[in-house]
Amino acid sequence: MTGGAFLETVGLVAPGLPTWEHAEAVLTGRRDIDPAIDESTLAPPAPQSLPANERRRAPLQVLVALAAAESLLARTAFAVPDTPSVFASSDADMSIMHRICVALAEPARMVSPTDFHNSVHNAPAGYWGIAARATRSATTLSAFDATAIAGLRECLALIEDGAPAALLVLCDVPAPVPLLEKRPMHAPCGIALMLVRDALGTRPARISFDDGHAETPMSHPRLERLRLGNPAARVLPILEAVAKQESRTVGLRAEDDRLAGVRVQF
Amino acid sequence: MTRPEPLGISAWTTTSALGRGRTALAEALMAERTGLRHRRFETCTIDCWIGEVDGLDECLPAGLAAWDCRNNRLAWLALQQDGFGAAVADARSRYGPRRLGIFMGTSTAGILEAELAYRARDRERNILPAGFDHARTSCTYSIGGFARAALGLEGVSAVISTACSSSAKVFASARRAIAAGFCDAAVVGGVDSLCLTTLHGFNSLQLVSRDACRPADAGRNGISIGEAAGFALLEPRATDLALMGTGESSDAYHMSTPEPDGRGAAAAMSAALGRAGLEPKDIDYVNLHGTATPANDAAEDRAVCATLGTQVPVSSTKGWTGHVLGAAGMLEAAIALTCITRGFIPRSLNTRNVDPALRANVVMESRAARVDRVMSNSFGFGGSNCTLILGRS
Repeated sequence: MTGGAFLETVGLVAPGLPTWEHAEAVLTGRRDIDPAIDESTLAPPAPQSLPANERRRAPLQVLVALAAAESLLARTAFAVPDTPSVFASSDADMSIMHRICVALAEPARMVSPTDFHNSVHNAPAGYWGIAARATRSATTLSAFDATAIAGLRECLALIEDGAPAALLVLCDVPAPVPLLEKRPMHAPCGIALMLVRDALGTRPARISFDDGHAETPMSHPRLERLRLGNPAARVLPILEAVAKQESRTVGLRAEDDRLAGVRVQF
Repeated sequence: MTRPEPLGISAWTTTSALGRGRTALAEALMAERTGLRHRRFETCTIDCWIGEVDGLDECLPAGLAAWDCRNNRLAWLALQQDGFGAAVADARSRYGPRRLGIFMGTSTAGILEAELAYRARDRERNILPAGFDHARTSCTYSIGGFARAALGLEGVSAVISTACSSSAKVFASARRAIAAGFCDAAVVGGVDSLCLTTLHGFNSLQLVSRDACRPADAGRNGISIGEAAGFALLEPRATDLALMGTGESSDAYHMSTPEPDGRGAAAAMSAALGRAGLEPKDIDYVNLHGTATPANDAAEDRAVCATLGTQVPVSSTKGWTGHVLGAAGMLEAAIALTCITRGFIPRSLNTRNVDPALRANVVMESRAARVDRVMSNSFGFGGSNCTLILGRS
């Protein structure tokens, strides 16, 4: 199996977990869980790097993805414009699909041009390119509930292929009713990981794939609800190991409910 | 580390408005027979030409019935052509089902199912029909799960959805996954089917032509939308045909308009040349993205001329097939392989007068020619660019 990569830094935004620093403290038990973690909505900070006209047009999923990605900019040693990115999202922004489908069910069929241009699965990657002036390859992918694993794999493959770093942005947001019933999600969640080829710092976390492993739950039920309630949050057990600086193999459900193992080593 | 390219293409097929399989594609291209027709899709009210695939009224076979939707039917129809299923079965037995990856490209997957479900929803109670299966018939990954099930694969998989570059980028992702050891070989493909979202959506942006699209024409006024499915089997072994290079970039400019100077497109083209270890003079023909919108064709022309000069023959084949969106990369890779195996260069169909502002060598008469290496461009909303170079090994 492949050689793996090091996790340089993390960005995170979810209800009750406004920043990675906050989440790190929660995951290590240094801080109590904020009751806001039970909320199903999120008002992410407006992406500062996006021009105002683009910011106005950006839908929620884009705002959440960019908030996560932007929040790691201050901590990364890598030049983001020169870093390839992978945006992994199971369902993109289903509120846009919802509005388009509602419009198409009416005789007038007035599809909003802004909705249509935001409807592409790679909208966060497109807005991120504009915001961060990121001109390298940006790949957007989905593997339903195994989306996080597929994104991680794509980043490790980019690094194996010669990239010194690869930015992974995981982001999904719940659908509006009535689509929500068909694709249940608990809350919006955006997680950005800067994966790098060479070890940095005193205790770098190495991430690699391992053989299938029993699925690793979060021990706290509220964190477990978030993990199961958003495809992006499936990496929480990995982040818990990283926060606690514990070497362990985390089991995640991969395609067709097969199990994959992700090894975190210090 | 990285396996040296090229990567062998041991099987390939495509189905579009030009017909089912490789022979139908080649014959339509060589006979200059377009697949575009002036007709309406479903209940669409827009007056335009479309590249529709016939014969998608039949349900999927019993074992795959849970996946039944237009997009997966189109994929299934394509999988029945050119012995592709048998080639994958052979690869499966050689590598094992867990070592064969699958990377599919699509822009809208089965969204037509969601459109129909919303039309049929219970408006009083605001619920969708009980039979609507988002995961298997509508969502972006539905085509990945379906193709995996239909081909009996158990290895790594992902659906890449970067609008109209989706199924070009699957070649790059599969190449990397093989080189990194996530799989030993991979099926790549692209499937996009007609739906009201894209017809009305592109129309809302005033990008749909009332005529059959006219790439590179001085009077070009928009795209014709089509549908297609195609697949290729990539293996790290010598075969007659090969994926020689891939290049990817981002415009970082605008969500639905290409960067006017084509800088992002040129970066993708240069990256593909670099990875293939080729010089501009090594390219025998460029299959353009060539959507026939004023902005795309102008920006792409600048990118081509900056990267390859003004002599290499170029054409868009969207006048034959329409713009098949997320399936365009795969369909046009198949057209590139057709040019190589059949020895010909197709003209820019429907183009009457080449826009004098374009400087590239737009092919106006199809001709027989030895073609060893083809560059194929695919660009998408969000400024997503991907260039493939396909050739003889």
